[in-house]
Amino acid sequence: MMQVNTVMNIWIVLPILIPLLTAVGAVLAWNWRRVQRVLSVIGSAALLGAGLKLLLTVWTDGILALQIGSWPAPFGITLAADLFSAIMVVLAGLLAVTVTLYSLASMDMERESFGYYPILHILLMGVCGAFLSGDIFNLYVWFEVLLIASFVLLTLGGERAQLEGAIKYVTLNLMASALFLAGVGVLYGIAGTLNMADLAVQLAKMEHPEIVTAVSMLFLIAFGIKAAVFPLFFWLPASYHTPPVAVSAIFSGLLTKVGVYALFRVFTLLFVHNIRYTHTMILIIAGFTMVTGVLGAVAQTEFRRLLSFHIVSQIGYLLMGLGLYHPAAMAAAVFFMVHVVLAKSTLFLVSGVVHWLQGTYDLKKLGGLYASAPGLALLFLIPALSLAGIPPLPGFFAKLALVGAGLQLGQYVISAVALAVSILTLFSMIKIWNEAFWKPQPLAATCASAQPVLLIIPIVLLALVILGIGFFAGPLFTLAARAAEQLSDPAGYIQAVLGGA
Amino acid sequence: MVSLILSTAVRYIFPLQLLFSIFLLLRGHNEPGGGFVGGLVVAAAFSLVALANNVWTAQRTMGVNPRVLIGVGLLAAAVSGLQALIAGQPFMTAAWIARDIPVLGKVGTPLLFDFGVYLVVIGVTLTIIFTLMEE
Amino acid sequence: MEIILAIVIGVLYAGGLYMMKRRSIVKLVIGLALLGHAANLLIFTMGRLVRGRPPIIPTGAGQLQAPFADPLPQALILTAIVIGFGIQAFAIVLIKRAYQTVGTDDLDDMKATDGI
Repeated sequence: MMQVNTVMNIWIVLPILIPLLTAVGAVLAWNWRRVQRVLSVIGSAALLGAGLKLLLTVWTDGILALQIGSWPAPFGITLAADLFSAIMVVLAGLLAVTVTLYSLASMDMERESFGYYPILHILLMGVCGAFLSGDIFNLYVWFEVLLIASFVLLTLGGERAQLEGAIKYVTLNLMASALFLAGVGVLYGIAGTLNMADLAVQLAKMEHPEIVTAVSMLFLIAFGIKAAVFPLFFWLPASYHTPPVAVSAIFSGLLTKVGVYALFRVFTLLFVHNIRYTHTMILIIAGFTMVTGVLGAVAQTEFRRLLSFHIVSQIGYLLMGLGLYHPAAMAAAVFFMVHVVLAKSTLFLVSGVVHWLQGTYDLKKLGGLYASAPGLALLFLIPALSLAGIPPLPGFFAKLALVGAGLQLGQYVISAVALAVSILTLFSMIKIWNEAFWKPQPLAATCASAQPVLLIIPIVLLALVILGIGFFAGPLFTLAARAAEQLSDPAGYIQAVLGGA
Repeated sequence: MVSLILSTAVRYIFPLQLLFSIFLLLRGHNEPGGGFVGGLVVAAAFSLVALANNVWTAQRTMGVNPRVLIGVGLLAAAVSGLQALIAGQPFMTAAWIARDIPVLGKVGTPLLFDFGVYLVVIGVTLTIIFTLMEE
Repeated sequence: MEIILAIVIGVLYAGGLYMMKRRSIVKLVIGLALLGHAANLLIFTMGRLVRGRPPIIPTGAGQLQAPFADPLPQALILTAIVIGFGIQAFAIVLIKRAYQTVGTDDLDDMKATDGI
């Protein structure tokens, strides 16, 4: 079996290797910014291609696993890709391409010459590594890789707000890492293994499941901080609006989602022995996350801070899918994940163009953009209405499926909360629309009229993908359903990693 | 504050440290040692030069920006894994040259990987130390 | 031995959390470092303590004889220490820059990002 799969297994390594090689190339070309930019575009495109190929391979051949260095499974380091990881890698590739294109036009020279591109690709390597890791300690290592890269991206430029935001971001994420590490240690102490598939087997045999539940809470808090769930999300709105927009976009699209991915992975594979307790807890957290996030957003008048609070609120929906712990709900969550990653990043990129045009992020000072830039207004409306859940945009289908699953499972409270939060989301999006696009511009401030094409192309690209998902929701739903099927039945994953045993 | 004793001593210690680091790098596959400690010893050697004289002397002695070492090191590590991909084996499967080579001992892709680690450790550590000392 | 280590780990966690609750960013970083050490020691202790039996196969013998110390936690700790080293170096540069830019090390004065 090993022999047959090895050729296909290349596709698991490539999403990690491509960003690494791109970063290396960019480091070696430190003084030639033009070379770095070209390399960065090529690397991102290659990552997207490799991700798509990986998704296709996993779709046709089932879950892939690769034992690094040919060391057999529970002892060596394992990379594993099921449909969910493959989807996440594709999303990372898509964001890499769009954000790189956007950076070409928007990143200032100073940041570019201090290693923006190499670090961006190191970040992508960490993200893809986390998605593909089949080993809980390596998951920790990949988390740290992406964390260090994100620290540097966040502080690159060294403005006051950036540094202050970074202190909060760094502190809380380091706490999460320390808890994660402690959790890994305890898990190793009780199960004697770190390979996730093997852990699943060992934990199922545990005599004292209460200990496992206790450990699972450590992981819930650690990943919860990284995923920015209630009440651990305060670092996010304090920091995400401080770096350049391209960085905010990739952070909002990928970083918290890695936390959510990790929660999905451990709470479908490892900690499933006491669902009544753990997953109900997740469901409650999901509800509070949705509500506090959206209430925070409603109160904001700064474009990017408002969007930051929305990230938190959307995380709640994703966790709701996990908390319901039913294939239909998780399929909806996977679909929601695709949609929210795209929509959120698009909105951040739009905020960047708005800033480019009128020189501010303050909604009170913005205005008149519908008259001066109708195309941009349309590009804003697509992701905004999708997030709020207006048909035929993908957000509608995602929420419909999620709430439908909730009602079907008799979880009426969380379903009602999800619907109410949806309305508040719509309200806050309309608020941006009214303030920034509809009302006349309050001060006749100097505003650039021309929009660089490179700023618009990535937004158009993402908006088209969102529209495409909306019109062809069926196939994506089939994909999401199969991903959820794999998540809810870990036997296939364990079989793929550990072999015939 | 430059100490005459230290800067004189460093002149003798420095080459010994570099030699010792290579010794550590080469014995690392099966015995205590390896690219990581080897790299740290090199970094310690250059930090000592920086302490005894000043940062600029250390940078001049190095002759190459630590950043380049990070790039080359990562490349070496990645290439050591790529070899297996080309041979159709799982990523990073070790390949050894059948016969021992004098001085180097067993030679294969793990040695290349270790060498990459060695360079990355030197690069990262010295980047951090030089940055902190320059300010 | 386990009990002593457990107490040490507890003290490290308590000390780390106490330091993190101070307002000074320098103490914040020290607190984070302590938390990291506590986690490392926790892994070390969770891997079962075995004294004087290194996991090295003696010359002549074919395999290890139980009991021997588990090498894996040490490998994990080494990795975690290295990562911690990198992150702490970054954190120190960060607080230094923040101190230079903001002009204070008091977290309560760092409110530029908190306004609504």
